[in-house]
Amino acid sequence: MKVRVDVMLKAGVLDPQGEAVRHALGSLGFEGVEAVRQGKVIELDLAETDPAKAEATAKEMCEKLLANTVIESYAVKVLG
Amino acid sequence: MRVAVIVFPGSNCDRDMAVAFEQAGADVTMVWHKDDHLPEGTDIVGIPGGFSFGDYLRCGAIAAKSPISRSIIAHAGRGGYVLGVCNGFQVLTETGLLPGALMRNANLKFICKPVDLIVETADSAFTSGYRAGQRITVPVAHHDGNYQLDEATLAQLEAEDRIAFRYADNPNGSIADIAGVLSANRRVLGMMPHPERAIDPAHGGTDGVAMFRSLAATLVSA
Repeated sequence: MKVRVDVMLKAGVLDPQGEAVRHALGSLGFEGVEAVRQGKVIELDLAETDPAKAEATAKEMCEKLLANTVIESYAVKVLG
Repeated sequence: MRVAVIVFPGSNCDRDMAVAFEQAGADVTMVWHKDDHLPEGTDIVGIPGGFSFGDYLRCGAIAAKSPISRSIIAHAGRGGYVLGVCNGFQVLTETGLLPGALMRNANLKFICKPVDLIVETADSAFTSGYRAGQRITVPVAHHDGNYQLDEATLAQLEAEDRIAFRYADNPNGSIADIAGVLSANRRVLGMMPHPERAIDPAHGGTDGVAMFRSLAATLVSA
């Protein structure tokens, strides 16, 4: 079962890398880029076949390792 | 004073930390991250700087889940001392032994230079060799030293006098200029600057010596 995890900095946490990307886009001539937030995508391939269990396991993985919940939020999506 | 210096794949200040503790009279053992227990009688765990596990995922995140980290958490839970420097500080926040998180430097640059710190409290075994308000010079060398906390935790740390050091001139964007923080029981210290790189005149300064000496003094008299 494939599961996709998106990890993003929480709203309100300054993202210096996203800001640098925004500046670089501006210098390439892309106008009107008001904000850039940079995150991570983690793809998991789990032996689990029950989507609900796969989602629960992935959430536990996020809490324990994949995200630092002090500064990051995560979203889990079971792709099937 | 028995010290265990932890070695992760990618640690690169482990030997420097061992030398600093040995100079203060400690009996130092290097402990590999796959070991699941600390040597008998360990007083202090030193978590050194470096790039444990290549900084994969997040700085310190994988190291915080190593077999030895469970023993470090148990050691701290028993009131044992832990010193985490640079990557060691990142590991300590990832284990939850210290609050907050270390993010990419605000200017995105790797910063490697001596910086001036203000000693904020002399009330800990790490800082009792300094005076509160004293200005010391210690090198930093990091890309992810931008310490962040929520407002409530910051207020708590201030109220409990748990900010050990502040930068005189903030190099990395850390909230409230914080360079190092103590745990609630004052026995776990995490800091980005490297006191072990300021222990010999050949380093260009010796302001780090007092930290290792004051730890030794506390643990010899204990």
